[in-house]
Amino acid sequence: MDEKPTRRVALKVLGATLGAVAFERALSPLRELDNITSVGDFLQKHYRELSRDEMNAVLRRLEDETQQRYGREVTIRDVRPTEGVQFAYALNLSVCIGCRRCVDACHVENNHDRPTHQSYIRVLEMTSGSMDMEQGNVGYDHTVPAEGKFYMPVQCQQCENPPCTKVCPVEATWQEPDGIVVVDYNWCIGCRYCEAACPYHARRFNWHKPEIPAAEINPDQSYLSNRIRPQGVVEKCTFCLHRTREGRLPACLEACPTGARVFGNVLDPNSDIRWVLENKRVFVLKEELGTRPRFFYFFDV
Amino acid sequence: MAHSGVPHHLSYPRFLLKVLDRATDGTWRFYAWMFVLTAIALVGANTWAWQVARGMAVTAMSDHVSWGLYIANFTFAVGLAAGGVMMVIPAYLYHDEDMHDVVIIGELLSVAAIVMALGFVVVDLGRPDRFWHMIPGLGKFHWPVSMLTWDVIVLNGYLAINLHVCGYLVYTRYRGERPDPRWYLPFVFLSIIWAISIHTVTAFLYSGLGGRPFWNSALLAPRFLASAFVTGPAFIILSLQLVRRFTAFKVPEGAIRRLLDILRVAALVNLFMLAAELFTHFYTGGHHAAAVRYLWLGMHGHHELVPWMWTSITLNLGAVAVLLTPSLRERRVVTNAALVAIFAAVWIEKGMGLIVPGFVPSTLHELVPYAPSIAEWKVTAGVWALGLMVFTVALKVGLQAMTGELRAPGAQADLAVEEKEVA
Repeated sequence: MDEKPTRRVALKVLGATLGAVAFERALSPLRELDNITSVGDFLQKHYRELSRDEMNAVLRRLEDETQQRYGREVTIRDVRPTEGVQFAYALNLSVCIGCRRCVDACHVENNHDRPTHQSYIRVLEMTSGSMDMEQGNVGYDHTVPAEGKFYMPVQCQQCENPPCTKVCPVEATWQEPDGIVVVDYNWCIGCRYCEAACPYHARRFNWHKPEIPAAEINPDQSYLSNRIRPQGVVEKCTFCLHRTREGRLPACLEACPTGARVFGNVLDPNSDIRWVLENKRVFVLKEELGTRPRFFYFFDV
Repeated sequence: MAHSGVPHHLSYPRFLLKVLDRATDGTWRFYAWMFVLTAIALVGANTWAWQVARGMAVTAMSDHVSWGLYIANFTFAVGLAAGGVMMVIPAYLYHDEDMHDVVIIGELLSVAAIVMALGFVVVDLGRPDRFWHMIPGLGKFHWPVSMLTWDVIVLNGYLAINLHVCGYLVYTRYRGERPDPRWYLPFVFLSIIWAISIHTVTAFLYSGLGGRPFWNSALLAPRFLASAFVTGPAFIILSLQLVRRFTAFKVPEGAIRRLLDILRVAALVNLFMLAAELFTHFYTGGHHAAAVRYLWLGMHGHHELVPWMWTSITLNLGAVAVLLTPSLRERRVVTNAALVAIFAAVWIEKGMGLIVPGFVPSTLHELVPYAPSIAEWKVTAGVWALGLMVFTVALKVGLQAMTGELRAPGAQADLAVEEKEVA
């Protein structure tokens, strides 16, 4: 082994060089990364640590990136919560007919990926007389409402004790003062632990860069809600905070043809949601898990 | 002790150069083995690079089954790392001399397995470019609330402890010095507790999720440990025989016997706990048992995991029967086949059989099946190849230090035990 050290060393150097070149070639697809990220994205701080000026710079950069990648001029705002507001949602299962217009409204409002027809809402067709989700079916494809069925839309329950924010290793998701659970799409590392932790199938992962034609983009966007999400991060329903924090109603509610959906500020004694919570026998999904949802269900009778 | 006079700042860089030299030297068998592993690792790296650039849609995972083959192998690799401790306990707590001679092999396996475990976490990230968000101080480390941050701590800590113990022993051997127990014994004992912790915390990642009844069981952590003490010893026993065959290193038979004894007990405990879980699920029935029903029997026309599980249990029971039959004990080929079988059985049980049913049926009771894509298999093979490369090179260097082949010029073999080994 020691007779010809120089030849051996030369061969090793050659081997190492070839290996390094092969490694560089193997990783060459990473050159496409500028499609999904940028230096500004890489260096960006956590949402809650950005100053006003830094936030504005981030918003302008995101608008520019949307323009470059999607060919559409959009406005991205940072809409903050209002003090004295606690949002809650209630859904009347007696009048929901399972038309899934809420699903479509969510799809459009929140700039979801078009090919997968992504949405934050899933509607379960349930068998009358049973609350057993195992008997439920989300893939129904017939005229609604069907005989002997009722319909249960499920979206983020905006839990007061959210299992999803607890598990996040980098605090990329948290509960806002008005009760809405949000994700900083520019901080999420895409480990999907929150998706495993959620008992309501409320979270979605961007398995690829969302595809959406420029003409179909909703240009009224906000940082924490409906701006087009980056590839490789988790997203979720935000009660349309870019609308609701400015006094408008969630897109799913506006789309509902039967008035099954009730939304509002529970701290306002005159709100509809307050009336429902006080006068209807409401229930929450999977109460035994202790998640304390802000999303309530009730039957009219 | 002539080398002892050389100061460390001169001796350590020379040591590293020597290690690099020895790590890249070997027979044609060594080069062929490393070439194949490098090729597989490069295929894995390339596929991973595509996955990062084009998105994780190249995997078969979905919002329903949001963890798959990667996290399955991550869990298994953590078990393999913890299993190495089953050499450390007899060697240091029970002063088993035979085991003491080869204990470094267990520690080096832990290093390689942790490298794999960390590799599997990295390839599962949607945004590995944001990795720095998890670095304490620099990013936002959600400790102590998130169990994943605990896992980051215990895995990296375990890696550091084992690197220190192995590195220190190899370096002092290189200098021809007697290792100072104060510099490594406390870390050896720490590593024993730590080994238990890595697999416990990894189990808590899953068992802490109330919305996933299949994982939400207090038995998960004990089961993880029992199966780790099956796969760790199985892998080490096979490795010891390869070491015996391909190197000059003397592997005492007593170490292999002791590991087989440990494995027999661990395998029975593991089967017992599996039976206890199956009873609880099937006898109770209801929603809580849905995932177990899907896993073992299939459900609503879906049977994706059924062949995996029955393969696993068949291999497991067959291997245990062989390992417990006295007349078969002396037949090394049969024993080895049983070890391979039980290793594969646990790989299924703790991999696909553990992760996927956590997601099927989903939290809204939808049944969306999952089978890994080609890309996932390639990346997985790549990480395994990387782990085996680390293990091979670490063994090569570690064992040469033990036999005295890796020694500083002028350093003398002054330890009686070494004289014995070199001879």
